[in-house]
Amino acid sequence: MLSKRIIPCLDVRDGKLTKGIKFKGNIDIGDPVEAAREYYEQGADEIVFYDITASSDARNIMLDVVRRVAETIFIPFSVGGGIRSVEDMRAVILAGAEKISVNSEAVKNPALIEEGAKAFGNQCVVLGMDVKKVAIRPEIPSGYEIVIHGGRIYTGRDALQWAKEGESRGAGEICLNSIDADGTQEGYEIELTRLVSSQVRIPVIASGGAGKAEHLLDVLTKGQADAALIASIVHYRTHTIQDLKTYLNGQGVKVRMQW
Amino acid sequence: MIGIIDYKAGNLTSVARALHYLGQPCEVTDDPEVLEACDRIIFPGVGAAGEAMINLRSQGLDLRLREWVASGKTTLGICLGTQVIFEGSEENDAVCLGIVPGSVRRFPGDLKDREGRFLKIPHMGWNHVEFSRPHPVFAGLSADAEFYFVHSYYPAPADDRWAIGWTDYGLRFCAAVAHENLVAVQFHPEKSGAPGLQILANFCRWEGNDAQ
Repeated sequence: MLSKRIIPCLDVRDGKLTKGIKFKGNIDIGDPVEAAREYYEQGADEIVFYDITASSDARNIMLDVVRRVAETIFIPFSVGGGIRSVEDMRAVILAGAEKISVNSEAVKNPALIEEGAKAFGNQCVVLGMDVKKVAIRPEIPSGYEIVIHGGRIYTGRDALQWAKEGESRGAGEICLNSIDADGTQEGYEIELTRLVSSQVRIPVIASGGAGKAEHLLDVLTKGQADAALIASIVHYRTHTIQDLKTYLNGQGVKVRMQW
Repeated sequence: MIGIIDYKAGNLTSVARALHYLGQPCEVTDDPEVLEACDRIIFPGVGAAGEAMINLRSQGLDLRLREWVASGKTTLGICLGTQVIFEGSEENDAVCLGIVPGSVRRFPGDLKDREGRFLKIPHMGWNHVEFSRPHPVFAGLSADAEFYFVHSYYPAPADDRWAIGWTDYGLRFCAAVAHENLVAVQFHPEKSGAPGLQILANFCRWEGNDAQ
């Protein structure tokens, strides 16, 4: 059977990790290429890069990071952040990424999902969704609303409907980030994850809130997620990916144990 | 020299990068004469079978590929490259190369896991491959090794003797084919970490004889 995937997420600004990552011997790593290699060796099943570079001049720095990552790690990786056109997607894919993720850009221009899927195949296009829990109202029947710009702007779009729309427009996967849980390290938003994952037929990566191994167990079982995105839990060396997988494996979750 | 066939099917550079990492000289090309001179050929690709066949035909590569495999050139198919060596695919109802007897089918929409939940399509992520017999290209792999898959269609050889690797995703499908000088896999060895690199390294050394 298919394994559940454990996916570290690296935030990159101007070609550097935004927060240093502590590794063996407490060495601080600021280079995303070295960090990716380290996680590859720890057994990451995939890696997500999120480019938070503000200026468009610095886009080429990210492409150089992507090229260097592609030369040293041999698992899939995706790149998101600031991708506004098929040409932006093409540049990242030619630099060596398997997948591109679109988030706010797809909310503003949903046709971007179709265009990307048509040009590169559905498997290339990940729909990133930032979601906040809100009161149920007619336009938000699920009680979860899509937000953009890091949660500052409410879009009036229902999260479940947007997930289904993204699927029908050709997204190959959904990365579902709970803004409420993000950064808390208090656990994933299980209800939201189960709601979306059980109602779309494409894989769902749960994101936001991982602080301990039990959180991953919950979201991969009760939450029905196909994959779990992790950040602080491994960046701060609370756990290694290997520890997390050993725990999940012991709890009966199928994860890849040989690499 | 290893020739990587460029037939405009997705990004083919990841296979080239993996071979560079292994120190193996290779060239991504659509030039039949360059490929003719290569001692080994890799036929990769992602995308749709119908479009792939249109591109292969327009470049005259469909006939040449059949010739190369028939004449004993050591060949590795990957993902879409593996699918189009069959006779036909349910994807776009494409008539394919017919090098391997059998067809390529879509995963049924009502595929369920053991708990009765619908399985996601594409089959995306890491899964086991059970090898039914030893083969030089699949030598040295741990029994627990997993490989990275991403596909909505799966190969179904007409004759199980062509199949060497099997994978379970709601149904049991053929994930690897081996026959004489041809090996073909549904997963992506270039994206499957150390076990995938092992397969590519084995292929680069393989003389093209199936030890069946």
